[in-house]
Amino acid sequence: MNSPSAIINKILTFSAVDGPGNRLVVFFQGCNLACLNCHNPYTMGRCNDCGDCIPHCPQQALSMDDTGTVRWDADLCSQCDTCLSVCTFSASPKTLRYSVSELLDVVQDNTPFISGITLSGGEATTQLPFILAFLTALRTNPATAALSCLVDSNGLLGKTAWQQLLPLVDGVMLDIKAWHTDQHKAITGSHNHRVKASLDQLIRSKKLAELRFLLIPSVTDFDPPPDDLLLMLRGLSPETPIRINGFQHHGVVGAAAFWPPAQSDDISRFQQVLHSAGLLNVKIPVHTEKMSLPFR
Amino acid sequence: MTLIQDRLLSIATDPLLSFKQKSRQFALSADEQLPYLSLSDGLSTALESRVVCDMFEGHAPFKPRYVLPDYALFLKQGSCYLELPPADTLDEALTYLGILYHHVPSVTDLPVFLGHIDRLLLPYIDDVSDKQLYQKLKLFWIQLDRTLPDAFVHANIGPEDNRIARAILAIEAELKQTVPNLTFMYDPAITSDDLLRAVTDTLCQCNKPHIANNPLHEAQFTDTGFGIVSCYNALSLGGGANTLVRLNLRKVAEQSDSLEDFFAHQLPRYSDLMFELIEARTDFLHNRSGFFNSFLVSEGLIHEDRFSPMWGVFGLAQAVNHLGSLANKQGSYGNSEWHNALAPRISQALSDIVTETFVTFGYKNRALLHSQAGISTDSEETPGTRIPYGEEPDIISHVKIAASHHAYYPSGISDVLQLDQTVVDNPESVFQLCKGALQIGMREFTVNIAHQDLVRVTGFMIKRSDIEKLQAEGSRSNTAALGVEAVEKTGILNRRPRVVSDELTVSDYQ
Repeated sequence: MNSPSAIINKILTFSAVDGPGNRLVVFFQGCNLACLNCHNPYTMGRCNDCGDCIPHCPQQALSMDDTGTVRWDADLCSQCDTCLSVCTFSASPKTLRYSVSELLDVVQDNTPFISGITLSGGEATTQLPFILAFLTALRTNPATAALSCLVDSNGLLGKTAWQQLLPLVDGVMLDIKAWHTDQHKAITGSHNHRVKASLDQLIRSKKLAELRFLLIPSVTDFDPPPDDLLLMLRGLSPETPIRINGFQHHGVVGAAAFWPPAQSDDISRFQQVLHSAGLLNVKIPVHTEKMSLPFR
Repeated sequence: MTLIQDRLLSIATDPLLSFKQKSRQFALSADEQLPYLSLSDGLSTALESRVVCDMFEGHAPFKPRYVLPDYALFLKQGSCYLELPPADTLDEALTYLGILYHHVPSVTDLPVFLGHIDRLLLPYIDDVSDKQLYQKLKLFWIQLDRTLPDAFVHANIGPEDNRIARAILAIEAELKQTVPNLTFMYDPAITSDDLLRAVTDTLCQCNKPHIANNPLHEAQFTDTGFGIVSCYNALSLGGGANTLVRLNLRKVAEQSDSLEDFFAHQLPRYSDLMFELIEARTDFLHNRSGFFNSFLVSEGLIHEDRFSPMWGVFGLAQAVNHLGSLANKQGSYGNSEWHNALAPRISQALSDIVTETFVTFGYKNRALLHSQAGISTDSEETPGTRIPYGEEPDIISHVKIAASHHAYYPSGISDVLQLDQTVVDNPESVFQLCKGALQIGMREFTVNIAHQDLVRVTGFMIKRSDIEKLQAEGSRSNTAALGVEAVEKTGILNRRPRVVSDELTVSDYQ
């Protein structure tokens, strides 16, 4: 058997925030950006079986097998995440390996509950051969063929690869981490020429399912918007789904933990920018009050 | 002063109770002065240790617990007793219903069933415009909330699409009242996706309605029809529940030496005591109280032989976990395959006992098994067959585990599916979840979205804002106090909301 397998960090069977309706979300392990503000940095690297995390596990859920591979026992694990905090490669020993048919089984078990699936990460497109094989299988299986398929991407994938992937998906949700390449590099470690090329390609092929801006006050360069960002926004069709996400500290480690979280005012200012650019379909974070109940 | 006089005086002078609430407290205190019904020593002991509970229905049961009158018949024929002619117009129908509600008893003194509102009123709306209909129903809804201040009061709509069901969904979203509790009956053969979407859109605004699986319930009540009443009890139309007693499965498990002992000895032993209590209580109601001489019976609105005892259970989660520890099994109910497989075996054993045992007063001489949604003082047991608050797995696994019990509980088994508020932006996700849950055989369920003002307690609803008020100045709602007690003792606010995405929420730091 030479069929590809995938390293998966987590599968969620219910998500209301990864596309329309309820999505089954597959979080692939590994990312080709290194965003300082990443709220799940343990999905960036892939485990290199160094074994440094093993002695730290309070539940003895980690071990090294005869082949020198780190093993994780889900039944013993208490999800304390100590292993993630001691890993120096931004990886996780708690990943699972799935074959195409195994992942297809997971989807089939949940079809009554889902509108579609979303491939996320990490960066799903870093495991392209698997994704292509999986989506082909999904599309040809009568029980799952009708599900919508979305990919959540940082846009680093190249043109030819997109050409292979796009016919198999309904759309791509693209993250814009910053607009100017210097700023993008400061936040993510990479320039963003490819992101912008991907944006063009997705618009032209009508596969842009959502354009996402993660707003970090005083860090991202969306507010006030640079002229060429405004130009791009004005060129979008008015119905293009846009989502503004607000930076929060949850899960963030390192320097970004000192960056200011996005507040309602920051969100509304940028929302106003998008509205003035003619965009009608802009979603913003749900406002939650820090609930304090009237109980002792 | 004697102890009882002390108690009566404290009721009379309580600054937070309304005069009606005081009258009711007086009545309950008077009932408690009567000697309890005559019981065997074994049952008395089980009642005192609360392995078997009588749900505080009183020492002299002079009214059934839940009553479901045939309101359609009432509107069609009028009532001699109430001196009302048949209803001809929507105004008459609404007024007459409002009158009859005040003559329908229940354990709370207020009616727990208001009828299949849409089906009842459809014959009277041909010449009523949508705007008029909305206005009249809205006033009716306000009147219900203000005159029947008890969140166990319950109306039903669906499964058909019609102007009344649509109007009520819109009114619910606008008024956000705790009364009436509302159930939408879903039937895949009848209900359109569009109507179910209207239901889930309303849910996203006010956590109502509760959703019931019409064909599953209907199959149980083919001869009589049914209604969903109070805190999710499915009962015969034109009948109801003469009593509800419940068994504390945690305590039964704790009396057991082993799994084998639990199934072979303890469960049958306590089941016998449950039946003894049912017989004692229904004997008084049916043979001594004179309740069935009521005009409700003589005018054909209820039938004595359509009343069934409800055989409730709670604390299954703790029972399963205790039996697991006896068997040296790791993990807990909701999170381990062994425990998740044992739980429905217990439900099945209970179902076998209840469906095979004769009762003197019960529809077809049987009691109905019920997953009891808890009372406000249950601090150590989880309601019915639910997974303990805070230990729920992901929502789809939760639904699958819950559904494994639903075939065994004909008189109701409710669950609360707690979601976080990011779903409000994506009601389609709630629609899809509901559709999946119904498809895999959930008999009924409630979706509770965190941070809304209306909060689901065991099954009834309270307003957060009422809770604050209650502590300062009392409440016109009879159920607000139960809600506060439940929050303090049973941890309902610990329910784990699923779908959490921090970047999709913003909370301003002060």
